[in-house]
Amino acid sequence: MPELLKLTTKDFKTDQEVRWCPGCGDYAILAAVQGFMPSLGIAREDIVFVSGIGCSSRFPYYMNTYGLHSIHGRAPAIATGLAASRPDLSVWVVTGDGDALSIGGNHLIHALRRNVNLKILLFNNRIYGLTKGQYSPTSELGKITKSTPYGSLDAPFNPVSLALGAEATFVARTIDSDRKHLTSVLQAAAEHQGTALIEIYQNCNIFNDGAFENLKDNSVRDRHLIRLEHGQPIAFGAEDERYGIVRMPDATLKVVPLEQAGDSVLIHDAHAPEPDLAFALSRLPDPATLSPTPIGVFRDVTRPTYDQLMADQLDDAARKLGSGKLAELLTGSDTWTIS
Amino acid sequence: MTKQVEKVDRVIIRFAGDSGDGMQLTGDRFTSETAAFGNDLSTLPDFPAEIRAPAGTLPGVSAFQLHFADHDILTPGDAPDVLVAMNPAALKANLKDVPRGGTVIVNTDEFTPRALTKVGYAADPLEDGSLDGYKVHRVALTTQTVKVLEGFDISRKDAERAKNMYSLGLLSWLYHRPTEATVTFLEKKFAKKPTIAAANVAAFRAGWNYGETTEDFVVSYEIAPAPMPQGTYRNIHGNLALAYGLIAAGHQSGLPLFLGAYPITPASDILHELSKHKNHGVRTFQAEDEIAGIGAALGASFGGALGVTTTSGPGIALKGETIGLAVSLELPLVICDIQRGGPSTGLPTKTEQSDLLLAMFGRNGEAPVPIVAPRSPADCFDAALEAVRIAVTYRTPVFLLSDGYLANGSEPWHIPDVADLPEIAPNFAAGPNKVHEDGSEEFWPFLRDPETLARPWAIPGTAGLEHRIGGIEKQDGTGNISYDPANHDLMVRTRAAKVAGIAIPDLEVDDPSGEAKILVLGWGSTYGPIQAACRQVRRGGQQVAHAHLRHLNPFPANLGRILKEYDRVLIPEMNLGQLSMLIRARYLVDAVGYNQVRGLPFKAAELAEVIKNLIESDAVAKVGV
Ligand SMILES: Cc1ncc(C[n+]2csc(CCOP(=O)(O)OP(=O)(O)O)c2C)c(N)n1
Ligand code: SF4
Ligand SMILES: [Mg+2]
Repeated sequence: MPELLKLTTKDFKTDQEVRWCPGCGDYAILAAVQGFMPSLGIAREDIVFVSGIGCSSRFPYYMNTYGLHSIHGRAPAIATGLAASRPDLSVWVVTGDGDALSIGGNHLIHALRRNVNLKILLFNNRIYGLTKGQYSPTSELGKITKSTPYGSLDAPFNPVSLALGAEATFVARTIDSDRKHLTSVLQAAAEHQGTALIEIYQNCNIFNDGAFENLKDNSVRDRHLIRLEHGQPIAFGAEDERYGIVRMPDATLKVVPLEQAGDSVLIHDAHAPEPDLAFALSRLPDPATLSPTPIGVFRDVTRPTYDQLMADQLDDAARKLGSGKLAELLTGSDTWTIS
Repeated sequence: MTKQVEKVDRVIIRFAGDSGDGMQLTGDRFTSETAAFGNDLSTLPDFPAEIRAPAGTLPGVSAFQLHFADHDILTPGDAPDVLVAMNPAALKANLKDVPRGGTVIVNTDEFTPRALTKVGYAADPLEDGSLDGYKVHRVALTTQTVKVLEGFDISRKDAERAKNMYSLGLLSWLYHRPTEATVTFLEKKFAKKPTIAAANVAAFRAGWNYGETTEDFVVSYEIAPAPMPQGTYRNIHGNLALAYGLIAAGHQSGLPLFLGAYPITPASDILHELSKHKNHGVRTFQAEDEIAGIGAALGASFGGALGVTTTSGPGIALKGETIGLAVSLELPLVICDIQRGGPSTGLPTKTEQSDLLLAMFGRNGEAPVPIVAPRSPADCFDAALEAVRIAVTYRTPVFLLSDGYLANGSEPWHIPDVADLPEIAPNFAAGPNKVHEDGSEEFWPFLRDPETLARPWAIPGTAGLEHRIGGIEKQDGTGNISYDPANHDLMVRTRAAKVAGIAIPDLEVDDPSGEAKILVLGWGSTYGPIQAACRQVRRGGQQVAHAHLRHLNPFPANLGRILKEYDRVLIPEMNLGQLSMLIRARYLVDAVGYNQVRGLPFKAAELAEVIKNLIESDAVAKVGV
């Protein structure tokens, strides 16, 4: 199929001027997504990007597909209606940490548990960009912002933990600047049937610059980044200082020097039926320093999709009752006739 | 004993009992029998919001009123001729509505000292003369039912429960109702419990026989069928008619119906109904909240479905932002508001018309939305089709403003011939619509039809028409983001002009003599009471005109002219004057309001009084006394 369509990155670009701040991480994500789309082998007209409100949510304007820039927080709900009524489409949601987890938190968790066929790209810059720098539900505790001059008081959400708790069938994390990794995660999400949540660490160089620097800086990132790969040992670290993740007798995970861990290093299983390992992995990083942060696919399991189940119910009904006849319905069974 | 048979032209019966007494079911069954017999009828269920309110209390009383006649009637009736009171609470809550001389049938078994004290009766009203002047029938309904069911292998509780069927049997005898359908109904309802089915049928028959044999009832009544136009009829509730209207609109437009909804009284039955009809291609989505309900419906519309959301006032309050988005996106969407008493949770099971201004203005920015209102339960069908026609033709969200009275009330419905239903053409965009000077072609999502000002509806899957739209102001034509002041001014005015220009029929005035000086203007569910009141006034030799609005936005083009043709305009509403405010502001007419928010429909007699007073005071004013 991909070779039949022969689409290129350029085909997915629009003539609209991109309006993010120079240096914003959103550019890199846009480039990666535009670069990735041709490999899907899906015609442009069968792809829809739906977003909420925020800097990140401007994304659909720059994708030469169908696009809907909606209202703050509601994109998962709107996309649910679209995907449920049009299972033939490839529906992508673009949202921010405020959009998805604050005002739209309710819609996000319900989309995840329903397993509607949606690919949700959550651009997490740990700040409200568009409204000029208030703290967000993923900002670290004590964050000093315009709205929290004395430091924020509320503990942040960990989007991966949240999604796993919300019965998500696919949960991954990646980073704006790592195009290769980002693309591989997009690929896995696209192949997944059902709702996929991809948290993308995204730098807002204006209001929260360097929030993920430890995970990006070539010189240090290996020490803070765990690259999860299904079937592979969960290990990380610099050349000379490798660590592995092991499970303690009390079931918690622990980071131990690799040579010490030996055979007990955990093997990543993204397809594990229960999300307990994925959840434990999501709890590894220190919320303040984000170290060590696992990236990659935490969980990828199969469950029937909502849109498919809905379509099946319609088909079943038509098969059992015959395709609905309006006159018959209106007449019903309890009538009388005046002649 | 030979019994007399008296012919009467109409009767109003009210069944009242505890929430657990099955009064709604009893009322429904009597209604079905009456419909099948061919009387015209109108019903008014009136029940508490609590599922099982404390037994034997005043707030726990559930009632069902039915008006049926040998002629065309319009309302469930003002005052019951017959009250069936299953317990002291039901008597106490309802007796004041029964005029002296009326018939009261009481279940004496429930008139125990404890039950009487519970509702504050110091003495037994059956004994202390409270019922003097009424025709009282004291029936030991519970005991008699239990006795009849002695031979059945059922619990005492189940036997007692069947007393509503005993009372139905008695009333069915009293008014010569056909009984076969009720027997069939009971057998079907309790198909899984044949003993219970048999017991209920036995109780029903016993009630009938009791009427036939007891000396307490010496007269029974005949109400001849009402003349109605030829055709096939069924009895229908407003919510069912509304659901059918939506399904019909799906068929007529060829669009798959998608309902996004969150349960709320009195709208939930539409969700329940639509979810049964998957073989008509209907998708129903019970969302996590009202915002998601409308969001999903709008998303479905974007994808080429007929997006619908159903709710009541509190839900509309939540949906406001998404309705604004739909206005901005210019996509078809139908928003059904089954109004109930407000503000806040208000009176969930009672009726009101107090969301008109919310529908009209309840959004940020200039966000005009067309409004359609049904006038009777059966009319909900046509109103739903009309709402869809406007939504699809003009690419706009449309409000369908029903209310609790229409939702739960019922009347005979002349089942339409499907061939006569309006066609609704979605006219999806199929190709580019903009030709540039150099001959190149492009798709512009906001290039409008010059006639309707509607924009093209290009749905995903259509190659070459990929486009991006959103809630940010769009450039006229291209639909690209635009913050240009002149463009915004143009777009705001264009959206307003589009709604103002929606083609709707002229308003018809009912003024048989053509000599009326007073016009009564109404909208929505007040149609029945207003029309009945006008007929009463005319029977008294005075003249009055009645016009009833189906479209509240835009108003019919001839409304301004009509208003000016009358000396006075009276606007009765179940709110504090919302249509009045619109009419006064728009047409500078000094309309007089008559307003009630009692959770119940207007009484025709009361309205007739108001109209007469206005006619008389107006005449006096003119003579210049
Ligand atoms: C109903 C509503 N409330 C508030 C806003 C203002 N608002 C716009 S974007 C935003 C937060 C955006 O933060 P995030 O989702 O993290 O996106 P980012 O800009 O960081 O990409 C807020 C509060 C709005 N547009 N609508
Ligand atoms: S404010 Fe931050 S997130 Fe928004 S565009 Fe600028 S850099 Fe990007
Ligand atoms: Mg953000």
